[in-house]
Amino acid sequence: MSENDYTDMWTNLGIDLEAHDRLMKTLGQFYGDIYLSQTNRPEGMKYLDFVLSEIHGLRIRELLEAKNEGRKIVGTFCLYVPEEIVLAADGVCIGLCAGAEVGTEQAEQILPRNTCALIKSFFGFKLARLCPYTESCDLVIGETTCDGKTKAYELFAELADVFVIEVPNTKGDAGRSLWRSEIGRLKNKIEELSGRTITADGLRAAIETVNAKRRALARLNALRETVPAPISGRDALLINQVQFYDDPVRFTAKLNELCDELDDRVQRGIGVAPAEAPRILVSGCPMAAPNWKVPYIIEKNGAVIVGEESCVGERGTRNLVPETGRSVDEMLDQIAERYFRIDCAVFTPNEDRMGHVREMSERYGANGVVHYALQFCTPYAMEAGKVERALKADGVPMLRIETDYGMEDFAQIETRVQAFLEILR
Amino acid sequence: MRTAGLDIGSRSVELVVVEARSGAVVSAQEVETTPALREDCRRLLAEASYDRLLVTGYGRNLAEIAFDAPSVTEIKAYARGARAVLDECRVVLDIGGQDTKAIALDGEGRVDRFEMNDRCAAGAGRFLEMMASALGCSIEEFGEEGLRGENGIHLSTMCAVFAESEVVGLITRGARRPDIARAVHRAIIRRTVAMLSRVSREGPLVFAGGAARNRCLVLLLEEEIGGRVFVPERPEMLGALGAALLAAEAIPAGPRSDRGRERRRPPLA
Repeated sequence: MSENDYTDMWTNLGIDLEAHDRLMKTLGQFYGDIYLSQTNRPEGMKYLDFVLSEIHGLRIRELLEAKNEGRKIVGTFCLYVPEEIVLAADGVCIGLCAGAEVGTEQAEQILPRNTCALIKSFFGFKLARLCPYTESCDLVIGETTCDGKTKAYELFAELADVFVIEVPNTKGDAGRSLWRSEIGRLKNKIEELSGRTITADGLRAAIETVNAKRRALARLNALRETVPAPISGRDALLINQVQFYDDPVRFTAKLNELCDELDDRVQRGIGVAPAEAPRILVSGCPMAAPNWKVPYIIEKNGAVIVGEESCVGERGTRNLVPETGRSVDEMLDQIAERYFRIDCAVFTPNEDRMGHVREMSERYGANGVVHYALQFCTPYAMEAGKVERALKADGVPMLRIETDYGMEDFAQIETRVQAFLEILR
Repeated sequence: MRTAGLDIGSRSVELVVVEARSGAVVSAQEVETTPALREDCRRLLAEASYDRLLVTGYGRNLAEIAFDAPSVTEIKAYARGARAVLDECRVVLDIGGQDTKAIALDGEGRVDRFEMNDRCAAGAGRFLEMMASALGCSIEEFGEEGLRGENGIHLSTMCAVFAESEVVGLITRGARRPDIARAVHRAIIRRTVAMLSRVSREGPLVFAGGAARNRCLVLLLEEEIGGRVFVPERPEMLGALGAALLAAEAIPAGPRSDRGRERRRPPLA
């Protein structure tokens, strides 16, 4: 972890220094085991290593500098919150992590035990005062995706400033018009928070910035269609996780540099795993940093993950917002439309997702799919069976995993993953 | 040439040696798992003579390091062992010490689907042992006791801790011991059949693992699925046998080519 001293900065943010030290030590060790142990990693991953080593340091300093300039920091927990609107008001948009088992005891004083790990985690980070990002936020945007999050934001509002937007559950005209009006409500809220009016030029620039980031991520994904895979799934997941909180312009430039390197690898047939390594598509719930458990198990057993049908993956980055809008309203229409196409399992029906899983497994040449659901996540657990049936039609085997962030089931999951890979080999 | 399969389970360790060419069993040994697991395995291996070793079971990673032997999962090992004892086998049920596994095989005997408990060992072998001891039965007697019992009592929980209390409560309320034993067996089978149903109940079923020696479980399982269940002579040896046979057949590496899926190689520009 970082060599610099951020003690004063963390103290001012109200971080529990002792617990934070322990967290950073654990994270550092975890990162070493899962990431730095990899062989034949692309050089470009050094930037990601650096970002991770400064995860609660340099980037937080940048946020505080932005705050000093009068810019607002907005925290989000979901893909449905358009980054473009925050950027258009010169704000900083941070996708908060919630991928570690922290502050569980405190979280369980407020939340039922049978709550998904992601929700427990963002409460845990807040209650245990361990996340400088959360503490830096001027506003947290919630969204009514699943019941768990919807109700949790009510409780979270007692701990932080929260603004909740309504995400409908159906994609008909009623849902679409509700969604469009919520986008308008969000825009008004962001204008009020920042004290700035969102202009057409500002919004267009934001759309271009976020599109550029999505194009770079799409470029990364396209490179992963190659045999042998030029980058590990763990590294690709990390890139997808970091894109939620790094500076979007800098991140895009760095990712494009990495893709140049991967281009070269592809030309020369260099891979991170042998060409015959089973290729796995991971599909399901988002894996927020530092939730690397299942990808680590999959890859440490000789497979390579070639794609993520996930919010922290292609579900979140596919589809651009058109750059043709002339007025703010027209651009908001286009933003609303783009985000409305996201095929989260909270929607019914959600047949698009089945098509996407099939299409992705075909495009990436996956030998098998690992369906990942967080324990107590009803939408994804329920859809697992449908995904399995859809894949069966293509003769693609699927393994269902339901788990949380704990390590108690590590060995059992590993046995199941190994058995699944034995089937594929 | 002889090959050996070592199955390191949470309750026992088995070693089977076969003639590589014919697959005939040369020897089959079993010891209880103790804290000196590595020594137990070493002793077993020292007493046997073989040319190649393959390990399986929950301790396979330890053995990989300690004995420098490759490993396969229990799922693959049991599937192979089951086909060796019953050629037309399509479903394997293994109730081990802490895992219950249901495995469906395709027509060629390859694993098609499988289910395995991953967060809770309710209904596995250890549960059976704990309930037996709550009733003051040895594990060998427990099945016979269940056979003597009648249906009528319903065990309401599958958590070993709560079930133990429930069993004690039933005893104090004067329930007959055989009837309680029967209730425990029925609870395990209900849970097991639910797992089987998620995988497959079609075709000849091989019941393996130490629990398959329990006649009450076998009988109730047959009642529940409405058909015969095949129990090998030494059901606890199936994993080790499978591993020994897999060691004899050079396990092909690389992805299977019969999935009808060509890997796309993008043309290099």
